[in-house]
Formats: sequence, C-alpha cells, structure tokens
Amino acid sequence: MIDTFVIPLVKILVVLNATLVAVSYMVLLERKVIAWTQSRLGPMRVGPYGVLQPIADAIKLMIKEDITPVRADRWVFTLAPIISMVPALIVYAVIPFGPTVTIFGHAVPLYVTDINVGLLYIVSVASVGVYGIILAGYASNSKYPLLASLRASAQLISYEVAVTLTLVSVILMAGSLSMVSIVLAQEQARVWYGFVQPLAFGIFFIGSLAETNRAPFDMPEAEQELTGGFHTEYSGMRFALFFLAEYANMIVVSSVATTLFLGGWLRPFPNVAWLGVLDLIPGWIWFLVKSFVFLYIFIWVRATLPRYRYDQLMRLGWKVLIPLAILNLVATAIVKVWWLA
Amino acid sequence: MTAETVLFYVFAAVAVVASMLVIAQRNPIHSVLLLIASFGALSGLYVLLEAPFVAVIQIIVYAGAIMVLFLFVVMLLNAPHEETGHDLAVHPLLRPGPLRVGGVLAAALVVELVWALTAHGGESGAFPSGAVSSVAAIGRSLFRDYSFQFEVTSVLILVAMVGAVVLASRGPTGRAR
Repeated sequence: MIDTFVIPLVKILVVLNATLVAVSYMVLLERKVIAWTQSRLGPMRVGPYGVLQPIADAIKLMIKEDITPVRADRWVFTLAPIISMVPALIVYAVIPFGPTVTIFGHAVPLYVTDINVGLLYIVSVASVGVYGIILAGYASNSKYPLLASLRASAQLISYEVAVTLTLVSVILMAGSLSMVSIVLAQEQARVWYGFVQPLAFGIFFIGSLAETNRAPFDMPEAEQELTGGFHTEYSGMRFALFFLAEYANMIVVSSVATTLFLGGWLRPFPNVAWLGVLDLIPGWIWFLVKSFVFLYIFIWVRATLPRYRYDQLMRLGWKVLIPLAILNLVATAIVKVWWLA
Repeated sequence: MTAETVLFYVFAAVAVVASMLVIAQRNPIHSVLLLIASFGALSGLYVLLEAPFVAVIQIIVYAGAIMVLFLFVVMLLNAPHEETGHDLAVHPLLRPGPLRVGGVLAAALVVELVWALTAHGGESGAFPSGAVSSVAAIGRSLFRDYSFQFEVTSVLILVAMVGAVVLASRGPTGRAR
C-alpha cells in the first residue's frame, strides 16, 4: 500500500510543487541576472532584494481581468494555454533526479517512474506541446498571433528534427531508451556523454534554445515585428499559463541535458578516483546544480546575443544543424559497431 | 472491476465519442482537435496492452507530426469560412446523397464486424507480450526479418516527397515558390 500508492503520490506532489515554485523563481532569476548584466538592480521592492516578487506577480495575474476577444474561437482559446502547460508538467514523470535512496526503511527511487521508452515519452509529450502555440494563434482570430504561431510551429518542428537526431546518438551510446539506464550507462562508462558526444551536445543545446523559444531564437515573441507573439490576445491567468509553460519547458530541457550529457546525478569526473570524496554530496544535489548551471547559461545567452532573423534561423536549422546531427549519428554508429563491439 | 478495466472503458469511450464527434463538426479545426483526442485515447489503450513503445509512437507520429500538418493545411486554406456558408440549411451529412453512401458503408462495416467477431469463435488471439513491448524486439524484426519491406516503404515515401516537390515547384525552371 505504502510502496504502490502513498510514495508515488507524495513524489508526484513534491515534483509538481517544486517545479511550479522553481518556474516562478526562474522568472525572478532571469530578471535579476539580466538586470545585473545591464548594470541595473532588477526587482527590489517586494521583500528583501525582491525575493517575494514571484508571489506578487502571481496574485496580480490571478486577479487581473481575463479577456476573451469577441471573434475568438472560445473553446480553442481556452484550451490552448492548457495544452501548453500540461505537457510541460507531465514530462517530469520520467526525469531521474537521483538514484534509489532509503528513507525510513523504504527504498525510494528519486524519480516518479522509469519506463523503458522514457526518452521517447519526452519527445512525444514535447511534440504535443506545439499544439498550444498553434491553437493559440488560430483561436485568437487576429493577425499577429496567427503569424507568430505559424513561425513558432515551423521553428519548433524544424529544430525537433535536429534535437531528436542527437538524442538517437545518445541512445546508441547507452543502448537504452530509459532515462535511468542512460545515467547508469554513463556511470559504468565512467564518463559523461557530453565529453564523448560534444557535437551532439552542442546541437542539443542550440536546438533546445530554439525549442523553448528562447533568445536568440525567440522569433515567436519578436516584439518589434509581432507586437508580442502568439499570446498577444491573452491576458490574466491564461497569459500566465503560457509564460509558465515556457519556463517549465526550460527546466525540462535543462534536466534532459543534464541526464543525457552531464551524467545525471553522477558527480563530476566519475573516472577520477581521488575525487570520490564528492560522492558524500547526495546525487540529487548534483542533478540540481547541473540543471541550474544549464538554466543560468540560458539566461546568459538571452542577455548577450541579439535575435536571429527568421530566414537565418531556418537556414541554421535545416542546412547546418540537421546535416551535422546526421553525420554525428552515422559516425557514432560506425564507431560503436567497429571499435566498441 | 479492476482499475485496468475501468481505464479500458474510459479510453474506449473517449476514442469512440471523439471519433464520432470528428465527423459532426462544421469547423474543420475542431475536427482535427477531436481526432487528436481520439489518438490520445488509443495511445492509452496501447499502454493498457503493455505496449508503451507503440503508445509513444502513436503520439509522436500521429498526434505530433501528421495532425500538425493537417492543422497547418486547414489553417492555411482558411477552410473554416468555406464550410460555414449560410445557404446550407441542412447539415452536409444529412443531405440525401451522403446519407445513402454512408448507410451502405455502415451496413458493410456492421457485417464485417459481426463476421470478424464470430468467425474465430469470438476468441482474441494472444500475442506474446514481450514481442510488442520491447523496443529491441521491434527493432530486430523491423531491420532484420522485414528489412527489405521496410526499406521499400521508405523509397515509396521518398517518391511521394519528390512528387510533392515537383508539383509545388513553378514552371520548367523548377524554381520553388
């Protein structure tokens, strides 16, 4: 009873709540880091150094008027933010935050579930998230959101190809689709796959910037051209859902990158024996630290790089990243069959 | 009833109801959405059959890729405004021509279903569960036992793609739009 119902439920609750809190504080972190990059202070008024800003924002968004445009497709207009938010949250079911630990005599794995197609599950759920953006643009029945959503979906579909190809290289290395097995394979190989597959890691990183609609690929939200993107007509909590989904997706890709390329919950340099003292720090802390570094780089990139033009973005995706990813995949397969078999 | 039976009936009901609503919509975008819901329910049924790989592929290929294309086509052709002409007093499905064709097709389907369910004494064939659930097993049969058929299918798809490019390109220069 405890092992089949209570512990999974508690884990789901913890993961969901931790994610939502992390998402709202990501917004604050982003504002702060960008402010520091530009020699400003960022939010300072709500709480010491602005640490209560996310709570104030949440209250503001919830009590704001929620407008549905007259000519909008009502059902789809309401459905779109939900379709964006739900996939971003259910992905966390297969992310392994840490190894199995013993809490009060129960062996508790620090992940909600480990299915043998974990990585494919993430890809499939992410592909459903695209609908939120397309439908938001369509249902608003307005020019700019429609243009932005067409751009966004074309961008997401294009970069999905390159990102998925890099995932296949990792699957080849690990010989499994399960997220936990991929981490265990890295533990056995005593190396993070980021060092073995630097090209795949690079493509994954660039692709994940585009997949999450982040600068320098934040084409769907190009304010100067599109007055704000596919969520122009949204207000109040429904707008907030889109916003939160974007940040939740950032945390998802950071966790996936950590799991696939940075050794998940493993300590740095698993091949160096005298660093064994680092194993005293629990695995889930390593996982969170690595993901945090990845998220910080996301913000750093946004604060530093200007936005790509749309045709440049498409050219980069189709003519550079996808061929490179295919090359990398073929090379990985050849090496695996001829040298490592 | 076990939890699995309950889930089976829930998914089956969603799949059937959503599929029926697909053809009852005037707005093609709503049809596409309901079809996606139906695919999601089917994927749930695959999970209940302990075939998670098939379930996930169902979502990636059908819900994730094919239906996005459907949605694009419907949105770009602006079809919602073509169908909702005010001169259509009767729902298109209730006009005499479609009714007759649909009636014949429905009768054929009922006959087929009754035949399929009774021909083998109503017993469903049991599949070895390992064969459908393991990615390795699927890969082995796809790329070893059926590799020729698999590759031929991929050539077919390539031909279709080349055909689409030729049709979409403009004039003898072949310059794409």
